[in-house]
Amino acid sequence: MNNLLHLSQSVLAQNEAIPQLPTPEIAWSAFIPLLILAVGGLLLLTFTSLMPAFAKSSWALTGYTVAVAIGTIVACIPLWNRVQRVCEAGEVCQAGAFSTAAGAWGVDGFSIFLTILMAASVALAALVMHDYLETEGLTGPEPYVLLMLSASGGVIMASANDLIVVFIGLEILSIAVYVLAGMHLLRLASQEAAVKYLVLGAFASAFFLYGISMVYGATGSTSLIDIQGFLATNVLTSNGTLLAGIAMLLIGFGFKIAAVPFHAWTPDVYQGAPSPVVAYMASGVKVAGFAGLMRVFLLAFTDYAADDWRPVMLVLAIATMAVGAVLAIVQTDVKRTLAYSSISHAGFIMVGVHAASDVGVSAALFYLAAYTFIVAGSFGVITLVGRKGDNLHALSDYHGLSRRRPMLAVVFTIFLLAQAGVPLTSGFFAKFYVIRAAVEGESYVLAIAAMITAVIGAFLYLRIIVAMFMSDPLDDHGEIDANLSDEEAAAARIELRDKVTAAEGPPIRIPTLAAVSIGLALLVTVAVGFLPGLVSGFANDALPQLVAAGS
Amino acid sequence: MEITANWYLILSAVLFSIGVVGLLIRRNPLVMFMCVELMLNAVNLSFVTFSNALNDVGGQVAVFFVLVVAAAEVVVGLAVIVAIMRRRPTATADDLSVLAG
Repeated sequence: MNNLLHLSQSVLAQNEAIPQLPTPEIAWSAFIPLLILAVGGLLLLTFTSLMPAFAKSSWALTGYTVAVAIGTIVACIPLWNRVQRVCEAGEVCQAGAFSTAAGAWGVDGFSIFLTILMAASVALAALVMHDYLETEGLTGPEPYVLLMLSASGGVIMASANDLIVVFIGLEILSIAVYVLAGMHLLRLASQEAAVKYLVLGAFASAFFLYGISMVYGATGSTSLIDIQGFLATNVLTSNGTLLAGIAMLLIGFGFKIAAVPFHAWTPDVYQGAPSPVVAYMASGVKVAGFAGLMRVFLLAFTDYAADDWRPVMLVLAIATMAVGAVLAIVQTDVKRTLAYSSISHAGFIMVGVHAASDVGVSAALFYLAAYTFIVAGSFGVITLVGRKGDNLHALSDYHGLSRRRPMLAVVFTIFLLAQAGVPLTSGFFAKFYVIRAAVEGESYVLAIAAMITAVIGAFLYLRIIVAMFMSDPLDDHGEIDANLSDEEAAAARIELRDKVTAAEGPPIRIPTLAAVSIGLALLVTVAVGFLPGLVSGFANDALPQLVAAGS
Repeated sequence: MEITANWYLILSAVLFSIGVVGLLIRRNPLVMFMCVELMLNAVNLSFVTFSNALNDVGGQVAVFFVLVVAAAEVVVGLAVIVAIMRRRPTATADDLSVLAG
């Protein structure tokens, strides 16, 4: 009893002695793009709950989402100008990268560049989603809300200067996408994809978190600024905990970007999830994963780059490129093929990250920008060919697409050629820049591996192109006997035509908004293919920087 | 014998490993999900231990963030699992095989 009394007295005494905690200074201007995305999503949820009429108009929902995405991009422009500005001598001005919220939030070219990419992927996916939700009978505001909230998580990852903030961003990004993957309640495949994604995603998050904990234990902080400062000024006599932590962080990011050997979920989830959602997953989620990976590894662990994580990254990059490209070839489902090819693309981006140089980072950023539009457009086309039910994704469903929908076939061909890295598309320069970064970093093994896998990859894209242009669906259903009389042959031809029409399924509709989305993606892919300077100039200025708060 | 920080770290590593092994060998989606929770809480233990050893409050604050995130993940996870269980009441992880190839 006496003890208890003593304890309570000491607690009281402590209470009186608690000083007022200082709160960090927050520059709200740095958060405007994030706030537009996140608050935009939450407002939509609130509005549609209060005004059900608004929720019924799918045009209003899509328009709102695209407006929010464009607003985010517009809000990035003044921030970008501020970051890139250089003060003249003697002039007092705000310029250069900065960090706020006690250094937990960094604003630099890197974060703004990736914020714009996230917003663009939201807009592209929302446009494709509009008609998909109508035909599948899934109309409602939730998919759009989740899309915007998920992207806000990605924005957080791109700007986070603290491992805990990276983790929060990662979870905001992922949890929303788990739901999006399973949003088609009537398709078992969609739900299966959600369960697999969820369990493996949570598994990866736990590893990621354990990594944070170990890095925290070894360096005494979760702030990237403090970690970098600590590692620069101290030599750890036993760095086992730190290395284990770095490895765990790499596993966590590896899952998100689908690097081999953490890629197993990708084909299943891409195949099962609704196609417009895959368009976002392949572009937005991958961008966010690489944003976090590059921020953490290139800023905080620079002193551990040469001997510790770069060799691991080298092996992972080669494995990711090769396994992705080789396994893609044996697939018969186009969605699955492109899932494996997206794994291979992650390997190429890792080549840029592995270089850990300015050239490497801007090459990786250029690749991400080009890839976002290529893949969003590709899955846009896949959504249209999938038609009602989102089931017609076999390679045989693409037979004779050039005859039925010539424009769609041509557009898809351009996207596939861009993925293969054919000149005059953005994909060519993307591959060229990362390989150049590898050569300049004297990682010749990596450069050669990248070139070989690019060739293997070209085969799988050509396979789909051949299916669209060179295989006549009539061939799939037997031939007309040459010995028949004219009348019999005509009858047989009609019969065959009926069979083919039945096998082709319903006609492919091309809704306006989806066409806008695919057209935009195509425009960027081709324009950047002719004028890579449109993007590479920005990518060169978008290097990640660590700036301590208040400096 | 004095119980040092290392003991707690070893305990957290053991709990984490149990979670990993459980997730890999159990076939009931619900139990697999419980294993994820075990992993997250093992991490929490290591956060608190490091925080105590470093005499820094940051690690303990991190635990709160983890708890909130874990709760959000459970909400979504259970909803997805319930949705699939309604359609196939006896589903195990092995039955989730529509997607393969």
